[in-house]
Amino acid sequence: MGNVALEEEVDAVIPAATFHRVQVSDEFQELRKRHRSFVFPVAIAFLLWYFAYVLLAGYAHDFMSIKVFGSVNVGLLLGLAQIVSTFAITTWYVSYAGRRLDPIAAGIRHEIEGPLGVANDTADQKESK
Amino acid sequence: MNIHLATAAATPGDPILNISIFGAFVAITLIIVLRASRNNKTAADYYAAGRSFTGGQNGTAIAGDYLSAASFLGIVGAIAITGYDGFMYSIGFLVAWLVALLLVAELLRNTGKYTMADVLSFRLKQRPVRIAAAITTLVVCFFYLLAQMAGAGGLVSLLLGITDKLGQSVVITIVGALMIVYVLIGGMKGTTWVQIIKACLLIAGAAVMTVWVLALHGFNLSTLLDHAVKTAGNPEILNPGLKYGLTDVTQLDFISLALALVLGTAALPHVLMRFYTVPTAKEARRSVVWAIWLIGGFYIFTLVLGYGAAALIGADRIMASPGGVNSAAPLLAFELGGPVLLGLISAVAFATILAVVAGLTITAAASFAHDIYASVVKKGKARPEDEVKVARRTVVIIGIVAILGGIGANGQNVAFLVALAFAVAASANLPTILYSLFWKKFSTQGAVWSMYGGLISAILLIALSPVVSGTATSMIPGANFAIFPLSNPGLISIPLAFILGWLGTVLDKVPRDVAKQAEMEVRSLTGVGAEKEAVVH
Repeated sequence: MGNVALEEEVDAVIPAATFHRVQVSDEFQELRKRHRSFVFPVAIAFLLWYFAYVLLAGYAHDFMSIKVFGSVNVGLLLGLAQIVSTFAITTWYVSYAGRRLDPIAAGIRHEIEGPLGVANDTADQKESK
Repeated sequence: MNIHLATAAATPGDPILNISIFGAFVAITLIIVLRASRNNKTAADYYAAGRSFTGGQNGTAIAGDYLSAASFLGIVGAIAITGYDGFMYSIGFLVAWLVALLLVAELLRNTGKYTMADVLSFRLKQRPVRIAAAITTLVVCFFYLLAQMAGAGGLVSLLLGITDKLGQSVVITIVGALMIVYVLIGGMKGTTWVQIIKACLLIAGAAVMTVWVLALHGFNLSTLLDHAVKTAGNPEILNPGLKYGLTDVTQLDFISLALALVLGTAALPHVLMRFYTVPTAKEARRSVVWAIWLIGGFYIFTLVLGYGAAALIGADRIMASPGGVNSAAPLLAFELGGPVLLGLISAVAFATILAVVAGLTITAAASFAHDIYASVVKKGKARPEDEVKVARRTVVIIGIVAILGGIGANGQNVAFLVALAFAVAASANLPTILYSLFWKKFSTQGAVWSMYGGLISAILLIALSPVVSGTATSMIPGANFAIFPLSNPGLISIPLAFILGWLGTVLDKVPRDVAKQAEMEVRSLTGVGAEKEAVVH
C-alpha cells in the first residue's frame, strides 16, 4: 500500500487485483456511468445559470432594475431564484443518489469486503506467481 | 475601511455587559470542549473526531465554519452600504456548495483520511504532491486566518469601545491565545462542538432579527426596500452596479470575484477536512445537504438584515461608527433590542471568529503534522502519538503567526480578505482535486504544475493589484506597483491552473500507476474500506 493514509484504519488489506477486477466489472461501470451522467450535466447547467446571472448583474443593470412588484426588482428575484435552484438541485441529487447510486455502491462494497471477494483475488495472485 | 476615523462616536451598549455576555459564552464552550475531549488519543480522534459525528451535526458544524465573520458582519455590512452588489457574495458563497456536493464531498470522504493531500497524492507520487498540497493548505489557511483576525480587531473596537491600535492588538492576542487553548485541549471534537453551538446561536439570532425587521415593516419586503431607499436617499441601492458598475475594470473585477466565490468553497482545506469527521460517504452527503439548507436560509436573513440596517440606521451612521462597514449587524441589533441584544449578537459574532480560527488552525496543523512531518520527513514511519504531538506544537506556532498577522491586517476589509482566500484555494487546489477524482490520465507533473502555478500566480497577482498598493485604501498606501488592475485574481489564476494541470499531464511521459488509479476510482465511488471506521473506534 503506497498510501500511508489508509493503512492504519483499514483492517483487511485488499489486494490490487480486486480493485482492478471490480473496476472493469459491469456493475462498477454502470455505477460510474450513472454517477457521471448525473453530476457532469447538472454541474455544467448550474454553473451556466450562475454565470448568466452574474453577467446580467454585471452588465445588464437596466434589465435587473426593472421593478416587478412594489420595489422588488428583477435582480432581487433572480438572486432569490439562485438560492431556490440551489435547494432544488440539492434535493434532486440526494434523491437520485439514494435511488440510483447507493444500492449499487453498497452491493459492490459488500462483495469486496465480504470473505469471498478478497480471498479469490488473493488466491489468483498466488497462483499467477 | 473607515474603522479608525470615528473615535468620538460612543460605543453602543455597555462594554461591561458586552464583555460579560461574551465571557459567559467562552466559559460555557470551554466546559463543553473539556467534556468532549476526554478521549482524544489517536490521530483519528484528534484530527477527525473519531469519525463519530452524524451528518446533521457535521452539517451544522460546516455551516458554523462557513458562516464566518465575513458572512455575517461582512455581508450585512456590504448590503447595507453597497446594496445589491453585497448580495452577490451571498449567492456566490451558496451556489458554490453545489460544486462541493456534486463533485467533491463524497468522493473525497471515501478516498482520504485526514487531509486534502491524502486524496491528491493517492495515485500520484507521494512526496512532491503531498508537499505541494500541504503548502497550498497552509497558505489558504493563513489568508483566511488573517481575515478572521482582522475582523476580530474591528469588531472589538465597536463592542468594547477600544479604539486605539494597541488596545485592539491586546484583544487580538487574547483571541489568539483562547483559540490555541481550544484547539490544544479540544482537538477536532471540541472544535466541532464549538462550531455546532455557535452555528445554532448565530442562525437563531439572525432569524430573530430578521423577523423583527420584517415586523417593523408590516412583513412586506417591498416596504422595507422603500424604507432603505428613503434612508439612503438613493434608489440605486436596490439595483446592481453601485459598487462594481463604475468602470469596465470594476465590472471585470465583479466577474473575477464571482468566479473565485463559486469555485473556492469546494477547495477550502478546512471545509474539506470536515468531511472526514463523519463515518460514511452518505453522512458526508447528508452534512453538505444540512449545510446548504442552513447557509441558504442564513443568507436570506442577511438580505433582510442588510437592507434593514440600510433602512433603520443608514450608510452614513454605519460608516461613521467605530468598526465601520463591519458594524452594520451589531448596530442593527442595538437599534432593535437595545444593549442586551447587541451584547448577545456581538458575543455570537465574536465566538464566530474564535471558532472559525480554531477550525482553520487545526486544519493547518493537521496538514503540517500529517503531510509534511509524518509522510515526508518520517516517510510514513512516524508513530501516531508523535504525529499528534507535532500537530499540537504546530497549533501553537500557527496561533502566534495568526496573532502577529492579525495585528498587521487589523483594519483591512474582512469579506474582501476572505474572497482572496477563496481565489487562492480555487486556483491552487480545485483543478488538482477535480482532475485527480475524474481524469484517469492525470499525472504527478500535472498536479505539481497546477498547484504551484495556481498558488504562485494568485499570490503574485494579489501582490501586484490595487489591494496592496496604488490607492488610498491599499495595504501599502504610499507605494504604487499595482500593474494588475483587478483586486481579485481568480479570472486569470483559476483558468491558468486548470490549463497548467492539463499541460503538465499531457507532457508527462512517466507511466501512470494503473493499479492505484483503479483502487482510487473504486474506493471513491463505493466507499470500500472507508465505511467501517466508526465501528472500529
